[in-house]
Amino acid sequence: MAGKTLNLTLKVWRQKGPKDQGGFVDLQAKNVSEDASFLEMLDAVNEELVAKGDEPIAFDHDCREGICGACGFVIDGEAHGPMKSTTVCQLHMRNFTDGATLTIEPFRAQAFPVIKDLMVNRSSLDRIISAGGYISQNAGNAVDANAVLVPKADADEAMSSATCIGCGACVAACKNASAALFTSAKISHMALLPQGQVERKERAMRMVAAMDAEGFGSCTTTGACEAACPKEIQLTNISRMNREFFVANVTKREKHKDGGAG
Amino acid sequence: MANKLDSKIPSGPIESKWTKSKFDYKLVNPANKRKHSIIVVGTGLAGASAAASLGELGYKVKAFCVHESPRRAHSVAAQGGINAAKNYQNDGDSTYRLFYDTVKGGDFRAREANVYRLAEVSANIIDQMVAQGVPFAREYGGTLANRSFGGAQVSRTFYARGQTGQQLLLGAYSEMMRQVDAGTVELRTRREMLDLVVIDGKARGIIVRNLVTGEIESHEADAVVIASGGYSNVFFLSTNAMACAVTAAWKAHKRGAYFANPCYTQIHPTCIPVHGENQSKLTLMSESLRNDGRVWVPKAVGDKRHPNDIPENERDYYLERVYPSFGNLAPRDVASRQAKYRCDEGRGVNESGKAVYLDFADAIKRLGQDKISERYGNLFEMYDKITGQNPYKQPMMIYPAPHYTMGGLWVDYNLESTIPGLFVAGEANFSDHGANRLGASALMQGLADGYFVLPYTLGNYLGNTKLEKVSVTNDAFKAAEHGVKEEISELMNIKGNRTVDSFHKELGHIMWEYCGMGRNEEGLKKALQQIPKLREEFWQNVRIPGEASYLNVELEKAGRVADFLELGELMCRDALERKESCGGHFREEYQVDGEAKRDDTNFCHVAAWEYTGENKASVRHTEELKFENVHLATRSYK
Repeated sequence: MAGKTLNLTLKVWRQKGPKDQGGFVDLQAKNVSEDASFLEMLDAVNEELVAKGDEPIAFDHDCREGICGACGFVIDGEAHGPMKSTTVCQLHMRNFTDGATLTIEPFRAQAFPVIKDLMVNRSSLDRIISAGGYISQNAGNAVDANAVLVPKADADEAMSSATCIGCGACVAACKNASAALFTSAKISHMALLPQGQVERKERAMRMVAAMDAEGFGSCTTTGACEAACPKEIQLTNISRMNREFFVANVTKREKHKDGGAG
Repeated sequence: MANKLDSKIPSGPIESKWTKSKFDYKLVNPANKRKHSIIVVGTGLAGASAAASLGELGYKVKAFCVHESPRRAHSVAAQGGINAAKNYQNDGDSTYRLFYDTVKGGDFRAREANVYRLAEVSANIIDQMVAQGVPFAREYGGTLANRSFGGAQVSRTFYARGQTGQQLLLGAYSEMMRQVDAGTVELRTRREMLDLVVIDGKARGIIVRNLVTGEIESHEADAVVIASGGYSNVFFLSTNAMACAVTAAWKAHKRGAYFANPCYTQIHPTCIPVHGENQSKLTLMSESLRNDGRVWVPKAVGDKRHPNDIPENERDYYLERVYPSFGNLAPRDVASRQAKYRCDEGRGVNESGKAVYLDFADAIKRLGQDKISERYGNLFEMYDKITGQNPYKQPMMIYPAPHYTMGGLWVDYNLESTIPGLFVAGEANFSDHGANRLGASALMQGLADGYFVLPYTLGNYLGNTKLEKVSVTNDAFKAAEHGVKEEISELMNIKGNRTVDSFHKELGHIMWEYCGMGRNEEGLKKALQQIPKLREEFWQNVRIPGEASYLNVELEKAGRVADFLELGELMCRDALERKESCGGHFREEYQVDGEAKRDDTNFCHVAAWEYTGENKASVRHTEELKFENVHLATRSYK
């Protein structure tokens, strides 16, 4: 597979820390193998920086198999770069042309403060999950897995929503920095399964409230999120979330405050 | 020093050992549970499920991970599936058969009692994960679907497309996040454990570095659980994620926890082959592909034709030929070694000659492209993205790569290490898999340990142990903090000429060459000369730019490579001492016609290494393995 090489100019966002003012810096990437991934190209640039005693470009990455959701930044205005349904770690250099100039910057959103260079803090997404993105099921006493049948179509659709990797590209691609696609994927996953029914309304209300509290913007259904999503999470999830939220609100009951007799 | 290896295997027949233990274990009453604090290091399948279930029980849990979010732990990347003895397919599976297959698959180098328990709780794992909303694949009638996996002749593998690890991890992660919301689990992300604090002989806390601010923090607890994963990244190129390291386990080892069977690493047969010098990692293609893919190489040496131009009678489907009863589903070590033999014979494909074909043409003809794409679509797309070749139109190319590590911190039946109060779960411990882990069993072990074993055994420890109150102002914490700071400042002050990665790559080459798929005495001795030299150079010549007082990726990597440089040497020593071949550990001197030749007379034991100090040789202890239920026999897949 040893093939051609390319030379590129990179305009990379450098920012020392959350409080520093960042800016673009020009760097050269030389003799990049077209078989290398985008992150391997950055690794090589970083090796040169370190050899000169400069600090390498900080970026999040881990599994490099497109599944952990750690990687991701914006290349030429597109979250995860130009390939459809591809994370940056799975983006290969054969998709770029020799001599090109690429602009690389972090995912930008108020709820994703920059940590350093291309690395942002996405813990707001974890807080949305802890507000209800689960089924309350203590360990050790679950009924036999086949005691509850799930139609294949429902299981498949739940799986398609559950496959979200939480990378935050949807937020970065949205002009309002909305986390609706992420939140709705989790709400859908659980609303589609029988196990998720008991807490369905509570979940929708709590997760939407948590999303708003984190400072994510509102969804105006432009679909930029769906276009940028490396896992092809669909916009229909957002419609489902809106429906879940609406139904939950119009049918909500006051919580029972009676305690049990002791 | 006295041998501390008491496996604490409960008495009685194997079927009732775990039930009996659960009854015999001391309980902690609910009101007292909240007075106990537990630290969990690592939040993959084992760590997240442990934190979630311990939190549920009422303990105060602090969970730590190096990642930005626990959802990114490397368990997320497992593709193919998780085993469980449910016998939903009516094909003769049972707890005993899963136990039997796993003991045999581990080539009789795992502890029977642990493996039986694993098989026993496997069915609960599926129930648990389904109840918490994991969208496993289903049949049209709504029941769960199963598929078969390497090394097994029954269909006992549950899966969620090619993303089983992801769905299981998200399940365990969301249960843990539920406890975060409930206030029982406190989550500390982007923290790396850099030391274990032992007071009065018991594990009482950890020292971590906040990877964002560079601060060194001390955390105390009544018990510590390490669930920090495996160490395949010692090879530099492996299927592990970039942050996978041995550091947490290694620091505990240096504090007195024995390290067992370090040389047992698993080479996975189906990875995308290496493309060049700058490659950062290897990508696994799920083993489930071998259900429908046929492995072959050209019959003729040096046949460089396009695979589609090579006629059927000029292809060697070597796994089907050599192992007719298992064929393409032969266990991982067997399939890996066979691929290496074919490439060594000069019949490898790809420009490097280091690859074999995994061909789906027959399956596509038989089942149609839609069915294949439903089963493996995402894997095919991933292959296409990485290689630029369409596997629906021509065979995939695959080659073995370092994947899972079966060695790890030694633990007894209760998953407790040789340091009281230090428990080790999942891939970080050595237990359950012996010399060759089978497919789909790592996910099972992680969840078994976290959900169904630790909640009992840890409670037993707390109920049985008198614990003095300790605080982070204690001298032991201060001393450990000081040590960590010293080591960081030493690293920062080297200001040498070589990058961290260059050392890591060089170590990786040595390890792959001399302690990889095949090892021999001569090579291992060579490695044992080269590694100390490399380590010495590292400590004199590594270059880490920037400061330690903020996020510094090179410093993080340097700390991990420093530990790999020590572990690598121990792996080679362990491999050298084990004068036999077993499972994935292939000592070339001990073979019969290319198959592993075990020596049960001299090596039917676990080797556990005791750290004795810097630049001192570690001491090898052994734990005899007794096979009372599955009788010692030579594995044969023919």
